[in-house]
Amino acid sequence: MEIKQKIEKANEEAVQRMISGLPVLVDIAPAGEVVPGLEDRMIMHSGPPIEWKKMCGAQRGAIIGALLFEGWAKTPKEAEKLLNNGEIKIEPNHHHQAVGPMAGTITPSMPLWVVENKTFGNRAFCRQVEPKQQFGEFSEEAIKGLELWRDIWAPTLRQALNKMGELELAPIITKALQMGDELHNRHTASSSLFANEMAKGIADADIPKKETMMTLGYITGHNLIFLGLAMASGKAIADAAHGIDYSTVVTAMARNGTDFGIRVSGLGDEWFTAPAPVVDGLYLPGYTSADGGLDMGDSAITETVGWGGFVIGGAPGILSLVGGTPEEAIGYSKEMRNITTATHSTYRMPGLGSIGTSMGIDIRKVVQTNITPIIDTAIAHQDPGYPIIGAGLVRAPIECFKSALIAFSKKYSGD
Amino acid sequence: MAIINNDLLNQPLIIINIGVQKFAESLSGQEVQVVHIDWSPPAGGDEEMIDLLDELL
Repeated sequence: MEIKQKIEKANEEAVQRMISGLPVLVDIAPAGEVVPGLEDRMIMHSGPPIEWKKMCGAQRGAIIGALLFEGWAKTPKEAEKLLNNGEIKIEPNHHHQAVGPMAGTITPSMPLWVVENKTFGNRAFCRQVEPKQQFGEFSEEAIKGLELWRDIWAPTLRQALNKMGELELAPIITKALQMGDELHNRHTASSSLFANEMAKGIADADIPKKETMMTLGYITGHNLIFLGLAMASGKAIADAAHGIDYSTVVTAMARNGTDFGIRVSGLGDEWFTAPAPVVDGLYLPGYTSADGGLDMGDSAITETVGWGGFVIGGAPGILSLVGGTPEEAIGYSKEMRNITTATHSTYRMPGLGSIGTSMGIDIRKVVQTNITPIIDTAIAHQDPGYPIIGAGLVRAPIECFKSALIAFSKKYSGD
Repeated sequence: MAIINNDLLNQPLIIINIGVQKFAESLSGQEVQVVHIDWSPPAGGDEEMIDLLDELL
């Protein structure tokens, strides 16, 4: 068989695995209980590997916040000292079956969404989505949000889920795409659908009224709560398509605010990186593009499986947050068909003739067309200590795909 | 000696524009009928990538 045929066959296998992935929420558990290889005094972060000293301002701020949250340091200064002395181990989420939004920090006592891909049996994890610490803020208020998640909201949801058994996420994803979500930065529908399901579980479980009301207030008022579940679902779906020899399908896109990295199914665990790009976005009052940090977060796992920017044409409601016109958004979704391998049979966009979502990014097609994946994303400050400051659109850098193609040729040419 | 087809030059022109869209927009602005074809060189003209794609795609 010629190499081109081998690639086509491998890519077909990769996208079939993605299409047949069935994400199910099976637990909400402290990271230290469930994440393989997560050690004491270890912090996991978004994006490809990076050293503490090379991290961008927002990621450094979030790491400091994570140390304060764990009680490993009492002050930001003490936290920086531990980090500068190399006393805290730092590793990427993606190396531990996990993903995290923005700076993406995960530490042992932080409860995570545990999503199992029932078709293949693999599990993936994602942390809580919130507007402060994950963007680099480490104030008392920011840490309080993590503590409430650890002590009240997550344990209550865990108890409710235990009563429910488990929760299938594919029906929520399907409906949310039909209701105008793109599953990266617009989760208005998915979060409401999720809250409906969990409310039944909370009511049915034997939970004290105070915790019940606090948690119901949290899940019904958090219009991005499903982002963490969508990210864990995306990771569980993409991981099942990883490790197929000869496949040129992208199985991870992730950014740490310094570098943008991709992984490719047929190229093992190697990262192909380029400098993180500038996000073209809209800023919250008080901030401008001069404040903005570079592209950051594991949340591009949503685009990796065909959501986010890839379906933005079906989600015009997101444009007031990230900018652009409905016509441009439809253009992006159509454009992504040029660089992908298949359309999904279940996840569809009614606004675009109910066509399936484009998925299975092929590094060959990206390089050939010079069209790179479009991602809609939030923006963090370039310095430590700030909450979310904006949101916008960004393109994955072409250099990642070119270097992956060179590596692919070196590995497989002549076979 | 070249033969000039005067009929061609005396007819209204319909332009096919390949590649740079601004040329098509400029002609449209002058009320010239134009059909634009979206095209760019493979791999942005990067010869190393073109060689790899010849083998792999």
